[in-house]
Amino acid sequence: MSGLRYCASAGCLARGSGALMEALNTAISRGELGDQIQLRPVGCLGPCSQGPLLALDPDGDLYAGVDPQDAETLVAALARRLHQSSDQATPLEWAPARGQRLDLSEPFFQRQRRIVLEHCGLIDPTDLEQAIAVGAYGQLERVLQGWSPEQVVTELQRSGLRGRGGAGYPTGLKWATVARMPGARKVVVCNADEGDPGAFMDRAVLEGDPHRVLEGMAIAAYAVGADHGFIYIRAEYELAIERLRLAIEQAVDRGRLGAGLFGTGFGFTLELRVGAGAYVCGEETALIASIEGKRGTPRPRPPYPAERGVGGRPTLINNVETFANVAPILREGADWFAAIGSAGSSGTKVFSLTGHVRRGGLVEVPMGTSLATVVLEMGEGSPHGSAVKAVQTGGPSGGCVPADQLDTPLDYESLQALGTIMGSGGMVVLDQSTDMVALAAYFMAFCREESCGKCVPCRAGTVQLHGLLEKILAGQASHADLDQLETLGAMVMDTSLCGLGQSAPKPMLSTLRYFRGEYLARLEAP
Amino acid sequence: MSVRTLRIDGRDVASADDATVLEAARDAGVVIPTLCHLEGLSPVAACRLCLVEIEGSAKLQPACITPVSEGMVVHTATPRLQEIRRTVIELLFTEGNHVCAVCVANGHCELQDRAVEVGMDHARLPYRFPDRPVDLSHPRFGLDHNRCILCSRCVRVCDEVEGAHVWDVAWRGEHCRIIAGLDQPWGAVDACTDCGKCVMVCPTGALFHKGDSEGEKHEDPSRLAALLRARHARQEAP
Repeated sequence: MSGLRYCASAGCLARGSGALMEALNTAISRGELGDQIQLRPVGCLGPCSQGPLLALDPDGDLYAGVDPQDAETLVAALARRLHQSSDQATPLEWAPARGQRLDLSEPFFQRQRRIVLEHCGLIDPTDLEQAIAVGAYGQLERVLQGWSPEQVVTELQRSGLRGRGGAGYPTGLKWATVARMPGARKVVVCNADEGDPGAFMDRAVLEGDPHRVLEGMAIAAYAVGADHGFIYIRAEYELAIERLRLAIEQAVDRGRLGAGLFGTGFGFTLELRVGAGAYVCGEETALIASIEGKRGTPRPRPPYPAERGVGGRPTLINNVETFANVAPILREGADWFAAIGSAGSSGTKVFSLTGHVRRGGLVEVPMGTSLATVVLEMGEGSPHGSAVKAVQTGGPSGGCVPADQLDTPLDYESLQALGTIMGSGGMVVLDQSTDMVALAAYFMAFCREESCGKCVPCRAGTVQLHGLLEKILAGQASHADLDQLETLGAMVMDTSLCGLGQSAPKPMLSTLRYFRGEYLARLEAP
Repeated sequence: MSVRTLRIDGRDVASADDATVLEAARDAGVVIPTLCHLEGLSPVAACRLCLVEIEGSAKLQPACITPVSEGMVVHTATPRLQEIRRTVIELLFTEGNHVCAVCVANGHCELQDRAVEVGMDHARLPYRFPDRPVDLSHPRFGLDHNRCILCSRCVRVCDEVEGAHVWDVAWRGEHCRIIAGLDQPWGAVDACTDCGKCVMVCPTGALFHKGDSEGEKHEDPSRLAALLRARHARQEAP
C-alpha cells in the first residue's frame, strides 16, 4: 500500500495541485491501482512557495513543484515497487522531470515543532473519520466525562498559553473571567477574520484541520459555561469557509457538536458567520457588532466582551490558533506545554513566512526561536544575491525588525521592545531593494482604507498621515513635514478609539526608528 | 445613591456613583469640550475631544463614558490634551468644507465654538476640499454633506428619541457619509416624520431649515434634554 498526499490548501491549489491530482487520479485508475495507491487531499505541507506539494507514504518524502506530466512515471514507479517487494521501505526509484524531492533534513523542516499543525498535511480535512483516527474530539470527550469546568480553566492557566491573535493576553485568565461571569447563556467566538497583509496561518489551520478548532471551541464552551458559538471568518477565505461548513455538518452528524455531547448534559451549537470585507471586524467589539447584524464598528471598552458581548451576553473571543492549541494542551498536560517555548511565552507559534525570502511558507516553531533562525536558516534568506534588510511582523499593527537585530527571540515582550508586535504571525521578509518609506506609505494606505470612520483621529488622521508620506515619497516634503508626520502619528496612536487606529502609525514610526536616513534623504533642502 | 469623591484639575469633587467624569466635571464647573456627546443620546466616544488624563491609567480616557471612581485623579486641560484637541478640530476642519462666512450656522456652530476655544486660528494640515453633495430633496430641511462632521447625533436622535431610524452611516473611513433610508434622497424616505430633531441636534450647519441664510440657523441642541425630561415627566404622571 502506498499513499500520496497532495496539498489541497489555497496556496498549492493556486499553484496547480488540482491539475496534478487529476493527472494522478487518471494514472491510478488507468493502472487499476485504486486499492493499492491511496490518493488524498491534505492541508498545508509547509513550503508553500515551492508548491504544488506532494507527499509520499510510507516513505514520508516530500516532492515540490511536481508537474501533472510527471504523474504517469510516478504512478508507474509506485506500481513497480508494489509488485517487486512487500517491503515498501525500499526507496522509490523515481525523480520528477520538473520539480524536486525536498531534503527533509534541512532547517526548514528540522527546526519546526508542530503542535498546532501536528495533523495538518496528514489528514484529509474533509474526512471526519481521519480526524477522529488521529484523536480529534478525544479531549472533548475526556474532559466532559471526567473534568470539572474549573479544572479545564486551571489547566489552561497553568499551560501559560497566550492569545495567538496578536495581543498575547493570557488565555486561561480570559477563560476564568468569562467563567466567573453570571448568566446561563454565554457565547464562545472564534475570530477567523485574519486580514493582515502576508498572513495566512489561520487559513492554513482551518483548511487543513478544521475539527481541531471546533474541538477547542467546544472545550472552551464547557469551561466557561457557554452553549453557543460563532466562527467569524472573512469572506475571502472561500475554501476555509467550505471546509468549516462541512466540518460543522459532520461534527453535528457524528454527535461531536449539538445537544447532549458524549452522553452528558453538555451541549454546544456552532454557527458560521462570514464577514463582508472589513478588516476592522477583526477587532473584537466590531466583530461582535457584525455578528449582531450591526455596522461593524468598534465601541469603547470597558465593558469587555467577557462582560457584555454578543447579544449582551458574556462572550469569550479567541483566535483560531489559540483554539487549535487547546486539545494538545489537555492531551499532553499543561506542564508539557509550559516547558516548550520561552519563559513568558510558552508553546509554539505558527508564522507565515513570505516576501523576499528564498523559501516561503507555513512554519511552526517554539516561542523564543530567533528571527534569524526562521528567516535566514529556515527561509534561507533573501534570493538573488540580495540580503535581508528587515522583517515586518504584526502587519499594519506591527513594525519592522532591522537585519542587525534578527537575533531577537520570537516572544511577545522581545518584539514589543523593538517597537513591533508578535501579531497573529505574518512575517514579511524585506530585502535591500525595499523602499522603507514606500512600505510605510503602503501600510498607512491600508489603514486609511480600512478605518471604519467612527472616530476622528483614525478617520481623518490616517488620511493626513498618508498624504504626508506621499509628499515625502514625491520629494516635495520639508523637515517641518517630517515633524508633523511624527507629531500627528503620536496623536493618532494616543487618541484613536480602537486598536486599528491606535496602531496604524506603528509601521511608519518603526521605519522612522530604524531607517530614518531614507526619510531624510528625500526631504527638500532646508 | 452613594457618592464618589474625586479630584478634577486640583478641585475636590463629589458626584453620584453612576456619573461619568464628564458629568462630574460639569457639575464642578470644569468645562471639557465635546462634539459627538449630547445629553439625552447614547454616548459613542467618537470625536475624542473629551479625552482626559487619569492618574494610574496609561491611556487617555473619554470623559463622556468613563465612570467616576473613588479617589480618581483627573486632569482635563494639560498641554498634551490641549494640543490633542486642537489637532482633532484641525482634522475636522480640513476633512470637510467648512466655510463659516457663508454657513447657515455661522455664529451658532459648535464646531466653530470649539475651534475658538482650542485656539485653532489656522490649520497646519492641508485642506482636502472633498467633493461632497447637498441633499435638498426634503420639503423643509436640507443636508449639506460638506459641513457634516459625522458625529452621528442625527442618527442617534432619530433612532433613540424619534424612533424613526431614518439616518445611518454608510461606507467607511474617509468615505463615510450620513445616509437617509437605504441611501435614498431624504425626501423619498417615508419613515421620516419631518420632526426636525436631527436639525435641532446637528452641531454644525450640515442639517438646516430650508430658507435659512448665512448665520440664521439658531438651534439649541441642549433643548433635547429638556424635551426628554418633559416627555419623561408626562409618562410618569398618573
